[in-house]
Amino acid sequence: MLLKNGMVVLQDGVKKADLLIENGRICKIAPSIAGDGIDLNGRTVLPGLIDMHVHLREPGYEKKENIESGCRAAVKGGFTQICCMPNTKPVTDNKVVVSYIKNRAREVGLCKVHPVGAITEGQEGKNLAAIGAMKAAGAVALSEDGKTVVNTKLMANAMQYASDFGLVCLCHCEDHSLVDGGVVNEGYHSTLTGLKGSLRAAEDIIIAREICLAESLDVPVHICHVSTYSGVQLIRDAKKRGVKVTAETCPHYFTLTDEAIAGFDPDTKVNPPLREEKDRLAIIEGLSDGTIDCIVTDHAPHHYDDKHVEYDMAAFGISGIETSFALSYTQLVKGGVLTIEQLAERMSAAPARILSLEGGVLQEGVVADLTVVDLNEEWTVDPALFESKGKNTPFKGRKVCGRVKMTVSDGEIKYQE
Amino acid sequence: MLKRKDLLGLYDVSAEEIDEILQNGMAMKKLLRQNIKKLPHLQGKSVTTLFYENSTRTRCSFELAAKYMGAHVVNIAAESSSVKKGETLVDTGKTLDAMKSDVFVIRHPMGGAPALLAKTVKGHVVNAGDGMNEHPSQALLDMLTMRENFPSLQGLQVAILGDIRHSRVAKSNLFGLKKMGADVRLYAPKTLLPAGLDKMGAKVCSSREEAVEGADVVMGLRIQLERQHAGNFPSLGEYAKFYGVDDGVMKYAKKGALVMHPGPVNRGVELTSALIDGETSRIEEQVLSGIAVRMAILFLLTKEEI
Repeated sequence: MLLKNGMVVLQDGVKKADLLIENGRICKIAPSIAGDGIDLNGRTVLPGLIDMHVHLREPGYEKKENIESGCRAAVKGGFTQICCMPNTKPVTDNKVVVSYIKNRAREVGLCKVHPVGAITEGQEGKNLAAIGAMKAAGAVALSEDGKTVVNTKLMANAMQYASDFGLVCLCHCEDHSLVDGGVVNEGYHSTLTGLKGSLRAAEDIIIAREICLAESLDVPVHICHVSTYSGVQLIRDAKKRGVKVTAETCPHYFTLTDEAIAGFDPDTKVNPPLREEKDRLAIIEGLSDGTIDCIVTDHAPHHYDDKHVEYDMAAFGISGIETSFALSYTQLVKGGVLTIEQLAERMSAAPARILSLEGGVLQEGVVADLTVVDLNEEWTVDPALFESKGKNTPFKGRKVCGRVKMTVSDGEIKYQE
Repeated sequence: MLKRKDLLGLYDVSAEEIDEILQNGMAMKKLLRQNIKKLPHLQGKSVTTLFYENSTRTRCSFELAAKYMGAHVVNIAAESSSVKKGETLVDTGKTLDAMKSDVFVIRHPMGGAPALLAKTVKGHVVNAGDGMNEHPSQALLDMLTMRENFPSLQGLQVAILGDIRHSRVAKSNLFGLKKMGADVRLYAPKTLLPAGLDKMGAKVCSSREEAVEGADVVMGLRIQLERQHAGNFPSLGEYAKFYGVDDGVMKYAKKGALVMHPGPVNRGVELTSALIDGETSRIEEQVLSGIAVRMAILFLLTKEEI
């Protein structure tokens, strides 16, 4: 396959070039390569986007999403690799479920799906899950996502044992006793709506704990979906000390604040909750200075029935994989915070580095995973057009800029608009 | 008449609308004082009360208000309805809407539930208290009671003490009273004071004396025993001693300041019995104001259709 006239985002800048792909690899990147090919008309070519925090819901919750619909949504969103969280039914805490997900994803054949195994059996926080066996079956990381491993000693053991297998723990940080049933950020808007609030401290305390463990044990740790200004500061300080901590955030945390909850729209209900303007600005600053390594979606598709209820009863989560690139480009690149090269780093190279995945950069010899985008195209988010079964987005009707036109994985076109 | 389909809270209700409800409520109250309980305003209308939370006084008050004006009233309590069978609020609303209910009076433990119902049904929705969000009819009856005792709400100094955090009454009163030009002071243990009240126009005080100083009205809010169990304060006894209102605290208020409480009251906790039963207490008066103001709300919401 030959792609012609692309603006190719390389690590050292954006260059006008053609790309020759053979046997699933990028063979050549040059100003002009002879032969017939697909004319990209000057559209931008990014390394295939990687989302290391996705919920595919299969097995167990196929009403919300399955591997096929999730993968279709992923490639439409420009992603060539995704990591799916273990809060399935049964929980992804053993090699059988890991293998099932990998096989099913291979059958679907759209993007690469990397299962994340649970830290503890059944995500119950009691016994370590079969970490070695899951790694052998293809798990790329461990997470208790959706909750925190409450027992600190057990978490310390998990981090150490996981590091023996080259796995990092992706930590969902939430002090459950302090959250105490809170559904939104504690502040002006929780008081105004009367919805039960949750303090920043509930997130920060566990971020701090995980950092302390990583520092004491000298093992890596990754902090999931950072939403607080104080959490960003904790991570920044830890990095300065040399702690092996990495972190992610999601488009909703740098795009929205808890002002969005005012109309009780359950699509604004997400965990951790939307915070305040100073948090939003700190998240952006963290992305800018590299404190926050990468952007993920925490794609959390839900069925209409799970969201069309009272706010307190509604499920947490946002279906975000089809809006992630456009929101990130609009907020961060158009907003003057990141260059397009830096955005590619946060959405591809960084997750590849954290999880030791191949891909993440465009250069000769690497796997041919790439995403073609039109940076000038403006469009309006319409969940009815989502490939994901989850139509739950607080961005409905929002105008964004930057559209995915083609997704190529292993040298094959997996999505084309 | 009210230019709205529903009354969900006072946050987005204008001073003019509040004034209209109060004027109308005062007229209704005059009739009630004359023991006139047969009015034609809601004849041929049906009102459904939909209570997902226990309440005796509010439900009775709405029911009588509707009945005094000739409406058919159906009462649905969460225990006895299909709610227990797992029907969603949206589906319950659709069913009752199909039965041609003109007004839904809903109480629900979750904030925003009346707003969800209002989006679902064609009928008018009146919020009779939702979670920690709003309780507009309670605030309106409180304002009606104040209005009858003072020439105007403008400049009135109102102190509210008690469980502010969990109180929809405090918030509806704050929104309503501020719109009518009154000043609102709030005081509670910090564990029972949520964030951002100052941004909403309240004066958040650091002692009960500061809150009550020069007040025209002192309102207590119920302290529930479950808040003690949740660790918000050590005991009701300690609450009464350090946060309750007694004659000593009332000395800081204006002479003859009114004592109010939305009920049900814990005697000797929020307020002492001497105050509850004292000359300046308006707690019983609030109950009659409640029926009057609810008559006004039901009438004004449905008026254009008559």
